[in-house]
Amino acid sequence: MSTVDLERPAPAAPRTPTVDPAAAVARARPRTTLAETVSQTLSMAWRALKKMRRNPEQFFDVTIQPLLFTAMFAYVFGGAVSGDVQSYLPLMIPGIVGQTVLTACMATGVQLREDMEKGVFDRFKSLPIARIAPLAGPMVADLVRYLIAASLTFVTGMIMGYSPDGGVLGVLGAVALAIITGWSIAWIFTFVGTLARSAQSVQGISMLLLFPLTFLSNAFVPVDTLPGWLRDFVNVNPVSHLISAMRDLANHGTVSAEVGWTLLAGLVVIAIFAPLSVRSYRRHL
Amino acid sequence: MHQPPAVHATGLEKRFGDFRAVAGVDLEVRQGEIFGVLGPNGAGKTTMLRMLATLLPIDGGRAEIFGVDVVREPHRVRQLLGVTGQYASVDELLTGRENLRLFGRLQGLPRADARATADRLLEQVGREAAADKPLSQFSGGMRRRLDLAASLITRPPLIFLDEPTTGLDPRTRGQMWDTIRELVADGCTLLLTTQYLDEADQLADRIAVIDRGRKVAEGTPDELKGSVGESTLQLQLAPGADAALAADVVERVLGRSPVLTPESGRMNVPLPAADEAADVLIALRQAAIGVAGVTVAKPTLDEVFLAITGHDAGEESQTPTDDAPAMEVAR
Repeated sequence: MSTVDLERPAPAAPRTPTVDPAAAVARARPRTTLAETVSQTLSMAWRALKKMRRNPEQFFDVTIQPLLFTAMFAYVFGGAVSGDVQSYLPLMIPGIVGQTVLTACMATGVQLREDMEKGVFDRFKSLPIARIAPLAGPMVADLVRYLIAASLTFVTGMIMGYSPDGGVLGVLGAVALAIITGWSIAWIFTFVGTLARSAQSVQGISMLLLFPLTFLSNAFVPVDTLPGWLRDFVNVNPVSHLISAMRDLANHGTVSAEVGWTLLAGLVVIAIFAPLSVRSYRRHL
Repeated sequence: MHQPPAVHATGLEKRFGDFRAVAGVDLEVRQGEIFGVLGPNGAGKTTMLRMLATLLPIDGGRAEIFGVDVVREPHRVRQLLGVTGQYASVDELLTGRENLRLFGRLQGLPRADARATADRLLEQVGREAAADKPLSQFSGGMRRRLDLAASLITRPPLIFLDEPTTGLDPRTRGQMWDTIRELVADGCTLLLTTQYLDEADQLADRIAVIDRGRKVAEGTPDELKGSVGESTLQLQLAPGADAALAADVVERVLGRSPVLTPESGRMNVPLPAADEAADVLIALRQAAIGVAGVTVAKPTLDEVFLAITGHDAGEESQTPTDDAPAMEVAR
């Protein structure tokens, strides 16, 4: 790369060409390797992190929501569901973690849509990079947002008097599981982001997905209070498995089978929605 | 050794519903030349470029870049070309340095190389660009040049420039032209689209004129301009002047009959050389015909269009190309 020189050539002495098309054609490889794909994804994640730092309002949903929802849900539902606020917290805190992480996932899709409308995505498309990198990069950066959302909810709960019996390790395990699951489920919203025509429609469609996923789960109420047909849905909802797994981890310090089910559900979501997203991204623009 | 052309396209086609944005264009760009694609807004220039750059699927025909098929091997094609878009395709929230480093890293440069390349390109683009503030605070011209710099990181042998100077002030346009010329001195092949005949004239070795998705003419700038004359003389006669007599006088001096607009007392005539305008004015003075205004204009895209296609360039475009450069000598 040391041959590059853009300074004006002396008009009298045209210099010999430094670009050799034949060599470039010979060098050009038919596809990216896995190592290149990973490195490109990390570069895109670096870009997304830079943007986050310059756009701090991107953190509103993962900072305000845990504080607000934890307090709100505890005081509104606590008495009705568990008799009092204190005994509701162990049931509710993992539920709120699931909900806030899912909301953060939704923002992943909305922001991708906004981002894709910018000119720079034209350049990303014209570069010889893996098509998945511009999608997966921001999602890797969003792990930070899931981490903030999950930790802040636990902290708020503890300030309100929640003491997780699972100990530090149990809580850390629950947070880690929430982040991993958040990353998997974010692929659904990324797919919506590549599909929809505007950021608003991404938001609209995502809301329709988000509400059934969070409220038709065991996040806020015990499942046995639900009618039978609803209970069936709640029991297969991956969000229910995530929340049960987090309760076992944070409240009892046990790694139950629910952890396995949650990870499996995450893998299934990635296996379906990652290829769909890349396909739809290829067609778009 | 046989050298494949930089761009070889046959019957290139793009449909949007019933609308054929590009309707069967053949294009051949030789290695090392600057090839200009000239046409008004909406003619299909950008669509064509985007298809060649793998940014849009090709609906019909074939295209090869240095002999590599665009449809079958898009990833290889992307390694052979740099695209600088109509709207700066750089990240507004990042600084110039961060942008260039990102694009370098994405294309496989090691961290240190990406940094060094970014620094060097920034120096060449201008001092302002080196400032570490987000691009959204930069001028349009600087963003455009950074965009061009971003296309140069890996030294691709072919560079697409989509209307590189649209909307730039004359000084910035001149700087852009200098950079473009230097690129070719390095052995790059350039394919550029433009709405300005002037720009194509300044830069391109050969020009294709595109209209409504079709190629309507191709040749060197001189050949193209020859079809409409070097310049146009526009005369505004004084009120009450005899237009028919004036037309006779003009025809006697220049050997061509002017196009009259009798209601407004205006006439246009192609002018082989600009200084012949003086001969016409003297002849008119001697014939005692009053003249209210004189303009000598270089051929505009509109006139080239009118001459080649028989219709106005502005007809199908969203914004008329009324900003084509004109040289006014009197009023």
